This record gives sequence, C-alpha cells and structure tokens, in this order.
Amino acid sequence: MFNVKIFVTYKESILDPQGEAIKTALHRMDYTNVNQVVQGKYFEMQIKHNGQDINEEVDQICDQLLANVNTESYRFEISELVEG
Amino acid sequence: MKFAIISFPGSNCEYDLFYLLRDEFQIETVFVDYRETSLPADAKAVLIPGGFSYGDYLRSGAIARFSPIMEAVKEFANNGGLVIGICNGFQILTEAGLLPGALRHNESLNFICKPEPLAVKNNQTSFTNLYDDSETVVFPIAHGEGNYYCDEETLAKLKQNNQIVFTYQDNPNGSVEDIAGIVNEAGNVLGMMPHPERASEAILGGIDGARLFQAMIDSQAVKN
Repeated sequence: MFNVKIFVTYKESILDPQGEAIKTALHRMDYTNVNQVVQGKYFEMQIKHNGQDINEEVDQICDQLLANVNTESYRFEISELVEG
Repeated sequence: MKFAIISFPGSNCEYDLFYLLRDEFQIETVFVDYRETSLPADAKAVLIPGGFSYGDYLRSGAIARFSPIMEAVKEFANNGGLVIGICNGFQILTEAGLLPGALRHNESLNFICKPEPLAVKNNQTSFTNLYDDSETVVFPIAHGEGNYYCDEETLAKLKQNNQIVFTYQDNPNGSVEDIAGIVNEAGNVLGMMPHPERASEAILGGIDGARLFQAMIDSQAVKN
C-alpha cells in the first residue's frame, strides 16, 4: 500500500487570480513582505500496489483527471505504508 | 428532425434549450441522461447545456467528461455530427478534448451575469451562417469560469483555421484574444460561454440567438 500526496497548481505562465486576491488581502493585513501567493489543490490517496509502476500510475491519474495540463502542473510524493 | 440535449446532474439550462427548440422551432427535442451510453439513432444535433455539472467539483466539466454518455458524444462529433456546448457545455467539451484550450476563473474572480456584445468572427459555420460577417450580437453571459486560455501554438492554429467564431467586444473575463466561442477544426463542434438560448425570444429581451439555432436546423434540413 502506498500513501500518495499530490499537489496541483497553475503553471507559472498562467495568472492565478485567487492567489493574487489572497496576496492583496495579506498586504491589507500589513504582511507587505509577502511577494507571491500560489493557491493550489492538494490530494491525498492510498493506493494498493497492483503490479503497475506506482509512479506511472499516479502520473496517469494526475494527467487524466486531477490536473488540466493546459493550465496546471502537478507534483507528487509517494511513500510506502508498512502493513501491519 | 430530432435534437438531443444531454442532461448531467447539476445542468440547469437544459429546459431553456428544450422549450426554445420545441416551442419556437417545432423541433422534436429529447433529453438524454448522462448515464446512457448511446444517443438516439436519429439525433441530428447534440446540445450540452449550461449549469454546474457535478457541482463543478475539481474543475468545471472535469468529472462530466467521464460520464457514460460522453463516449457516444465523442463518436457523434468525430463522425461529423453537430455538437454545441454552451457555458458549462463549453467547459465539458474542452475537458473532453473535443475543443482545444481551457476555461479559467474570471480575471476579476467575480461571477459575471449580464448581456454582452459579441462580434461574429466566422460566419461560415453551420452555426453562424445566418449572421453577417463581423455582425454585433448580444447574448447574456453568466459564468465564474469563462476566461478562455490556450497556448500560443494553439492560438495560432485557431486563427489559421478560422476557428474563432465569437469574440467579446469588451472582454469581461480576461479571455485570450477576447475569445467567447470556438469551433473544432472540422467546424462541427462549437463551444461558447455566452448563452444564445437566453437571447432567442423577444419576450426574453433579445432574438440575436435565434439565428444560431435556425442555422443548425437548416444545415440538417439540407441533408435530409
């Protein structure tokens, strides 16, 4: 069993209006030293090993559903769960 | 002649289309549930209505495109069938890969609901051949995620193939090149954020949209 953490964010070239709005709010709160805010999506899933390469499988999941690769990029972390 | 409207959980403009086509155009119009795996064999056009399919979970249109009916819609489109996606329908068509690009949050983050003047940039399609070249039409928009994006390579292709069909005259949402609606390369699949079905009866405040549906009907009548 694998524990998988997935992060999806807008590509750098894509304006992130939500991140910009949060940054504006932070500046209004006097956190004027905040230079950049990126809002993204976070997913956590547990995946049973089925013989397929887990990296490939997670990559496909991200590519086909979790991220729209036109506008978003993704990264993920995989750790193996010790089954007890 | 039969037109088919796809009904997803969360669609909310399907009856606007239904009453318009049935009562104003006397077209036999049926709803096709998203759980179906086939379209009526005699369907001449497929309409994907606006709304919030699957609650816009994950991204607008991202879940709907995996609905059982979508395989049949893809096949219909790939065989040259007329498909129009309006608002959420446009978002579903891009997610499904039937149209290029993606719809992002509006630049202002506001949900915008107002009549919007558009320019008809391509009046040679089966949807727009009753409009004059560069004619101004007014259709309402009602969306939070209508900010069209595509990369430069895709944009160049859209221009080259004359796939940009409608543009905003006063860009409300930040869309690349003021794009409000595009067709696929073959010209039989149209996606647009503005709502022609809400501007097709005088009692609703405008009739600019009616010619779009009339053009779709005419194009199929010629074939019969």
